[in-house]
Amino acid sequence: MADLKILLVDDEEELVSTLADRLEFRGYHADAVLSGADAIKKVGEEKYNVAVIDVKMPEINGIEVMKLILKLQEDIKVILMTGHGSPEEGELGMSEGAFDYMVKPINIDILISKIKAAAGMKE
Amino acid sequence: MKHSEEWHKKGLDYLPDQDSLFREGRFRYRRLRRYSILLTAIVAITPLIIMSIINSHQYQKTLKSDLIYPISRQTSNAKRSLEAFIQERRAALDLIIKEKSYEELYDHDKLANTLRHLKESIDGFIDLSLIDSRGNQVAYVGPYKLEGKNYRDQSWFHEVSIKGMYVSDVFLGYRDLPHFVIAVVHERESADYYILRATIDSDMLYRKILSQSVRPTSDAFLINKSGILQTPSNEYGNILEKSPIPVPPYSPRSEVIEQEDSLNDPYILGYAFIDNSPFILMEVIEPEAFMQNWLTLRNNLIWFLAISIILILIVIVWGSFHMVDKIREADMKRCKVLHQVEYTNKMASIGRLAAGVSHEINNPLAIINENAGMLNDVLSVNNDFPMRDKVTKSVISILRNVDRCSRITHRLLGFAKRMETKIETLDLRELIKEVLGFLEKEALHRNIKINTNFPQNLPGIKSDRGQLQQVFLNILNNALDATSEGGKIDIEIELRSDEKIDVNIRDTGRGISNSDLERIFEPFFSTKKEHGTGLGLSITYGIVQKLGGQIDVKSKLGEGTTFTVTFPIHASYAKE
Repeated sequence: MADLKILLVDDEEELVSTLADRLEFRGYHADAVLSGADAIKKVGEEKYNVAVIDVKMPEINGIEVMKLILKLQEDIKVILMTGHGSPEEGELGMSEGAFDYMVKPINIDILISKIKAAAGMKE
Repeated sequence: MKHSEEWHKKGLDYLPDQDSLFREGRFRYRRLRRYSILLTAIVAITPLIIMSIINSHQYQKTLKSDLIYPISRQTSNAKRSLEAFIQERRAALDLIIKEKSYEELYDHDKLANTLRHLKESIDGFIDLSLIDSRGNQVAYVGPYKLEGKNYRDQSWFHEVSIKGMYVSDVFLGYRDLPHFVIAVVHERESADYYILRATIDSDMLYRKILSQSVRPTSDAFLINKSGILQTPSNEYGNILEKSPIPVPPYSPRSEVIEQEDSLNDPYILGYAFIDNSPFILMEVIEPEAFMQNWLTLRNNLIWFLAISIILILIVIVWGSFHMVDKIREADMKRCKVLHQVEYTNKMASIGRLAAGVSHEINNPLAIINENAGMLNDVLSVNNDFPMRDKVTKSVISILRNVDRCSRITHRLLGFAKRMETKIETLDLRELIKEVLGFLEKEALHRNIKINTNFPQNLPGIKSDRGQLQQVFLNILNNALDATSEGGKIDIEIELRSDEKIDVNIRDTGRGISNSDLERIFEPFFSTKKEHGTGLGLSITYGIVQKLGGQIDVKSKLGEGTTFTVTFPIHASYAKE
C-alpha cells in the first residue's frame, strides 16, 4: 500500500488534511492540496496513482482540474467528491473521464475501496 | 358543484387565486353579461322601435291623406250640386216673376197653371204664392189653405224685401211639414214691389245629399248657421234638432278637418257652406270607419314588433351568455397559465435554495465526519486511552448523526429536484416511507402514532416521484396538524382493481365541518387561521388531477378525517 500515492484536492483545509491523516493512518500515502492550481503543480512534479478531487472549488472547478491533470498524467485515476446531495455532478464528471465519484460526507471505508478499485488493487 | 370540480371539468387546474376569480369574478361576469345584454338590446331594439313609430305615423298620415282627399272632393261635388239645385229653382222663380205680370200671377187659375208647368219641369215645388209689399199673401196655389196670410211681421219678409232674394232655413211653418222657402222680389214702376214665394220640399235636399254620398259609413247632412239640422242625420239627430257638432268656421271652399267628439274619439269632418243659402253641408266619417285600416295595421305592426323583439332578445341573451362564457373560459386559462408559471418559478427557487443549503451543509458535515472518523481511528489503536469506551461511544454518536443529517440534506435536495414531471415506476410503500421520514420526529414528539398497513404484493405505479411525495406530504402534514397528542394516523394502501390503487390516510383529529369540507380544495381556504396559506390542498388537488388520479375526503367533527387518494397504476399524466 505504501507505493500507492494519493492526491487529495479540496479547498476545505480541515476536511482534506484530516482525510489525508486518516488515509495515512490506514497505511496510504496521501498528499493534500487546497486548490486546483496546486493539484496541477503537484501532478507535474510527482506521479500519483489516484487523485480525489472536490468538484466545487474556487477559481477552477474539480472537473476542469481533472481534465488538466489527465493531460499531464494519462494513467492517473480520478475520484470526484461532490457536496451536492445528488449524483448529477458525479455522473457528469464520470462522463468527462473520472473513474468514480462520492457524495459528501464520505465514508472512509468506501473511499478506500474505490481508491483500491481505481488503482487496480484487489480488496 | 365545487369550484375546483367545475374547473377540472373544464380541463383546468385549480390553482391559487382562481378562487378569488370565482368569488369576485362570478359577479364580474354576471355584471358583464347583464351589461352586454342591456347594451346590445338597446342598440338593436331602439332603432326598431323608433322605425316602427315613424313608420306608423307616416302610414297614419298617408292613410288620412287618402281619406281626406275623397271626402274633400265629395263635399265639393255635393256643394256644387246643392247650389245648382237652389240656383235652378231660384232662376225659375226669377224667370216667372219677370215674364209674368202681376195680374197674371194674381189670377188663381193662371198661377195654378204656372205651378203645374213648374212642377212638370222642376221637382220639389209644393206651392206658389204672391205676396204684396204689405206682406199680404194675395194669391196662393198649393195643397194648403193659406190664402190671406200676412207675413209682414216675419223676418224673411224683411230680408227678401231688402236683398231681393231669399232662401229660408228648413222649418215647419203653417204647413207643419219640413220645408224651405225661396222667394224673389220684383220691383214695379211705381216703386212698389211684390214677392213670388215658393215652398220647396226639404226632403229634396236630403235625397240630393244621399245621392252624393260616397261612403256607406259616412253621415252626410245639412245644418244651418245656428247648428240646427236641416236634414235628418244617421248619428246626430233628426231634422230641426240641434246638432252636437259645432258649426265649423266659414270657408268659401269645401274643407276637411279632424276633430274629437265629446268622448275624445277622433273623427273627420268634411263641410261646405252652400252659397246663397243658410245651409252648411256636413259629412262626418265615423272614427271606427277611418281607423279600421289603421287599427289593423297597428295591430300587425305591434305583433311584428313584439315577435321581432322576442327573437332579438333570444339571440342577444344566447350570444351574451356564449360570449361571456368564452371570455370567462379564456380568463380561466390565462389565470391557470399565470399560476402555473408562478408555481413553477416558486418551485425552481425552492430547488435552488435546497441545493445551496444542501451543499453548504454537506461540506461542514464532511469535516465533522472526517474529524470524528479520525478520533475513532485514533481510539481504535489506543486501548489504554482513559474513558476510551465513553469517547468512542460519543464519536460513534457524532458519526451516526452526521449520517442522519446527510440523509436529510440528500432527501431535501432530491425532493427539490423532482419538481419537474418525470414518470417512472414507483413503489408507493417506499415513497410513503420516504415522506414519513420528514414527519416521524414530529409525530414522535407529539406522541402521535403512525400506523402503516401496506400489502405485500403491490404493483409499482407509473407516476412522478416528486409530485407524489408532495401530495402525501401535504395530506400527512394536515393530518398531523389536525391530530392532537396521543392520536393516531393510519395509512393504508389498497389495490382497488388492476388499474387503480387507493391510499387511505385516516386521522383521529378534530374533523372538518360539512361547510368547510365543501371548500377545502379551494385556493386560500384554510382552517388553520394565520398558520395556513390555504394552498396545500389546492395544489394537492391539482397535482392528483394532473397525475390522472382523484382525491376524496370524508370527515366527521370530533372523530377525524379520511383522505382517499386514488392513482392509476399505469401513467395517465395530464399533459399541459
